[in-house]
Amino acid sequence: MSDIPASALNAARYAGYVTVAEMGPQGMITIRGNLRSTRFRKAVADATGLTCPKQRRIERKGDIALAWMSPDELMVMCPHADAPALAGAVMAALEGMHSLVQVMSDARAMFSISGADAREVLAKLAPVDLSPDAFGPGDLRRTRLAQIAAAFWMEDTEEFRLICFRSVAGYAYGVLTNAARPGGEVGYF
Amino acid sequence: MLVLTCPYCGVAAEETELHAGGEAHLKRFGPGASDEDFTGYLFGRENPKGVHFERWLHANGCGKWFHAARCTATLELFGTYSAQLTEPPEPIRKAISAKRPGWRWREFS
Ligand SMILES: [Zn+2]
Repeated sequence: MSDIPASALNAARYAGYVTVAEMGPQGMITIRGNLRSTRFRKAVADATGLTCPKQRRIERKGDIALAWMSPDELMVMCPHADAPALAGAVMAALEGMHSLVQVMSDARAMFSISGADAREVLAKLAPVDLSPDAFGPGDLRRTRLAQIAAAFWMEDTEEFRLICFRSVAGYAYGVLTNAARPGGEVGYF
Repeated sequence: MLVLTCPYCGVAAEETELHAGGEAHLKRFGPGASDEDFTGYLFGRENPKGVHFERWLHANGCGKWFHAARCTATLELFGTYSAQLTEPPEPIRKAISAKRPGWRWREFS
């Protein structure tokens, strides 16, 4: 067995009218607990160096990001190699509080969807209002991507990141690249 | 197309993001219950034409269960509320009364 981490699609990349790229191995840590607790939020903030995100938002500083997943769930995104140590730090900070911290890096695949029309490609696949007024940088949404569950957020005005379970990475890449094919431009936004 | 607002993540989720969980506010009758109560728990359902209360799961979303009050005849939504409540809260009852005066559903009105 190799110890070198491999992602689901080995950083596959497609340049259509929007670029779709699987991002290779990524660090992901699931944190569960009571997000209404000030003590809990402060502990997570201290351990990650990020403020605890508000509902359906993601906070980023450098290569670490902290995402709101549900009223009792957060997810940390970080470099793959950093996840175990960072998870240890979060766990230590939450000592004595009802919580769960788990490295989930290899459970999921992450994609980058970038280009001026990136929001249009996602709008073809998810039942989400992606107009610039309704969804902007820092906004996050868990939803349905065609027939699978996925979450995506906006890094900046021209790039989305999307995560889904590793077992359906091929399906996600297939529908994303199909929606990004030249000739499929809609020009709605 | 139904659009229900999930009270946990605040998303106005359309039907395909959700999973229907059947009638709301069922009282469980288990071991030691009478045959009549147990039968009612398993099979007795309202199935109304009009005001109805249901459980829904934000399956392709935050993963939480919640309650919804809606009209089965018009698909009109009166509101959604926490899964932890054992009966429809006052704001929901008021919203229904404003549009369906004199409504009744099981012991609620
Ligand atoms: Zn939700």
